[in-house]
Amino acid sequence: MNNFKVLVNGIIKENPTFVLLLGMCPTLGTTSSAINGMSMGLATMCVLILSNFIIALIKKLIPDMVRIPAYIVVIASLVTVLQMVIKAYAPEIDKSLGLFIPLIVVNCIILGRAESFAAKNGAIASIFDGIGIGLGFTIALTCLGAVRELLGTGAIFGITLWGENYGMLMFVLAPGAFLALGYLIVLFNKITKKA
Amino acid sequence: MKKLKSSLTNMLAVLTIIAIVAAGVLASVNAVTAPQIEKINADNLAAGIKSVMGSDEIQVADPWEADAFTVYAVSDKDGNSLGNAVVTTENGFGGPLKVLVGFNQEGDILGYTVLEHAETPGLGAKAADWFQKDGKGNIIGMNPGKDNFTVSKDGGKVDAITASTITSRAFLRAIQNAYDKVIAGQDATSGATKQADKSEGEGKTPCAEPTASDLETPEVIE
Repeated sequence: MNNFKVLVNGIIKENPTFVLLLGMCPTLGTTSSAINGMSMGLATMCVLILSNFIIALIKKLIPDMVRIPAYIVVIASLVTVLQMVIKAYAPEIDKSLGLFIPLIVVNCIILGRAESFAAKNGAIASIFDGIGIGLGFTIALTCLGAVRELLGTGAIFGITLWGENYGMLMFVLAPGAFLALGYLIVLFNKITKKA
Repeated sequence: MKKLKSSLTNMLAVLTIIAIVAAGVLASVNAVTAPQIEKINADNLAAGIKSVMGSDEIQVADPWEADAFTVYAVSDKDGNSLGNAVVTTENGFGGPLKVLVGFNQEGDILGYTVLEHAETPGLGAKAADWFQKDGKGNIIGMNPGKDNFTVSKDGGKVDAITASTITSRAFLRAIQNAYDKVIAGQDATSGATKQADKSEGEGKTPCAEPTASDLETPEVIE
């Protein structure tokens, strides 16, 4: 597989949200608005690219029996670094994502990619896999956030299209997250199966 | 290069090295970001105190703690006391609701700002604007010691946020508690004890009335 294929694979064929259905907790939890979904996707992508890269580099040095604890330490350190950087230089993002940033550690997408891709492929291919899966996740979360924000508050990326009074608040809340995700998965499968 | 075997020494050595490297990276990033984070927090607090006291030219004394409250005594640039800014926390609908509220010396509310919250976006999260001077549930100028400082559903003077009664109650309770513990205690009026008793009962049982109206279901908008 060349690197471009790896990239597209992450966005479409193995889209973590719409196809693999991984990382549902941040998907449902942070997508109350398009911008929140996008920041969460981008934060996850940063961690994913770096963790894939580092794990692909050190995979030969890690004995098989302790690979999971080793990967987790790498991932957790990256997430903590990211959290401190966001807190220090982007306090607005920290305010809206807050609790969900540390939860990236237990996002199964990251450990999943470390295990199924980075542990078997080279460092460069792993970076591309990180970008692909990360972009796929970001796009999915942004779409979901946009749909929920639009239906829930009548705005998109904070720009009001129609008044808040015509919004269905349920879509900003948890039930709306499940509904919107379900319909988006249907739509995604319909489009990709045809092509 | 061949993959390392899973022998005990190998495993111990690798995990130890990874942990040491990780700790080193974390420590150095922390050393760089910690002062910046502290500065942002301090700036936010200073801006918050200015906005809740409704004045830009103020001096803020070192904070003192009273139970769970942090109190900043504020005076104008000539040293005349303006009142106190109090950080107060109460359980909201989605988690802790942390409010900074400014009182003048009589205990009237000068302003407030929500420091931290985990309320529902579009509903309880409106507390940041709802109770401000131009909001629908304006509390500025009220005095929790004299006015009936509860939502109108409970017979009080404040209009609750539409469909977010729990958040509204928690918000008002946070300010009431701050008033009772900090402001009323300072001038030791006879009413203070009574007020404190009343709110203690409420404060300790934030979920005392699990009636249907307590659930944050959308209500009819008046």
